[in-house]
Amino acid sequence: MQSEIELHHPKNLAEALTLLSHYGPDGKLLAGGTNMVVELRDGHYNGKSLVDLSHLEELRGISKQDGYIVIGGGTTITELIDHPLIGAHAGVLKEAARLFANPLVRNRATVAGNLVDASPAADTAPPLLALNAEVQLMSQTATRWIKLEDFITGVRKTLLQPGELMVAIRWPVPSARSAGAYTKVGLRKADAISVLSAAVMVELDDAGVCQQTSIALGAVSPKPFRAHAAEALLKGKVLDSALIAEAARLAAESTRPIDDIRGTAAYRKRVVAVTVRRLLTKAVEVLK
Amino acid sequence: MKPQMITLHINGRTHYVALNPNLTLLVALRDLGYTDVKSGCEKGDCGACAVFLNGVAVNSCLVLAAQADEGEILTAAGLGTSEHPHPLQTAFSDAGAIQCGYCTPGMIISAKALLDHKPHPTDAEIRDAISGNLCRCTGYAQIIQAVQSAAEKMDAGGEG
Repeated sequence: MQSEIELHHPKNLAEALTLLSHYGPDGKLLAGGTNMVVELRDGHYNGKSLVDLSHLEELRGISKQDGYIVIGGGTTITELIDHPLIGAHAGVLKEAARLFANPLVRNRATVAGNLVDASPAADTAPPLLALNAEVQLMSQTATRWIKLEDFITGVRKTLLQPGELMVAIRWPVPSARSAGAYTKVGLRKADAISVLSAAVMVELDDAGVCQQTSIALGAVSPKPFRAHAAEALLKGKVLDSALIAEAARLAAESTRPIDDIRGTAAYRKRVVAVTVRRLLTKAVEVLK
Repeated sequence: MKPQMITLHINGRTHYVALNPNLTLLVALRDLGYTDVKSGCEKGDCGACAVFLNGVAVNSCLVLAAQADEGEILTAAGLGTSEHPHPLQTAFSDAGAIQCGYCTPGMIISAKALLDHKPHPTDAEIRDAISGNLCRCTGYAQIIQAVQSAAEKMDAGGEG
């Protein structure tokens, strides 16, 4: 049974925001459609008015501005893979994009769509969390930047209010003395929903002392999150293998995984420890 | 539900259609007779419904037809004719890359998307490019062979 809907095609951002403001909680967003169209077909969508954002040029583009990399919310996953700024300043995001679903889906799926959908397994979330990303939410009357870490609040829950639209995502250009690493564990190479995924960023000073780390985990808790206790352990220290193993253990302890068809909670917890240890080790190796 | 009037340019022909806004491009294409576009999983996992929309390879089951309004659509059948097939169409046929044929149109779309950007792909690149296309006859070896042989032919001065 397909849902009954009214579909709107705004020609620019201002028109889209007017429509969203008018429809309030009844207005839903349609971008790449890789989730929404399936929901529509299955009759899971109960909204009335769907606002199609797929033609809005204002939501596209990747640039470097004032020390930030800024990407439009409507940027597709394929564009992340191809863009030199992402390769140069967000290797963890590029790697996640390369492993995202499959090429046909990557050509349509958007970054904002992936984040607003707020699946615990959203593949762009761990790398963007590790990069300290913020998201820009715009309504007809206001614009606000909030930390991605705060934006996703639970399973498919976010701070996005009726009438608001995620127009951009940005993160500070990482220091030249930082390196990142990313892993996705799936049941197969392509087209897999993550069993778990992890992204880390490590910044060392010239003496090899850790200035900053971020450890972000996906599909092992109700929402993708940062393992702050593990990060705190590493700050200000030289990262040897014992310390890295202890941080990895703390990261695993901070997860709240579930048993599902892709893996058990116990399996996920163990693999998080192994994965985080390997990723931190790899990032430190790169910086040596 | 109010039907919407849209224009679709498909394989060089223009169609004006009235349809419900919740219909996918896949359904619209098949209703218009473009049955080379196959309906498989209808959720973006199998790639049987792949077409080019404005030059980009997409799953037509994940695009609402109204989102493709004024769009240029190219289906696998639109790549060539029986008299003048596209090198990929010839290569799939010659290499035995077709068993039941259901995945073939989508495979050819993904293969063309790859060759458009990478005329000399490795086998690994071909595997990645068709990773969103499922062949349940499991004829992947011949499919990869077909893409390689089409790449050689196109390089030797064939059409592309």
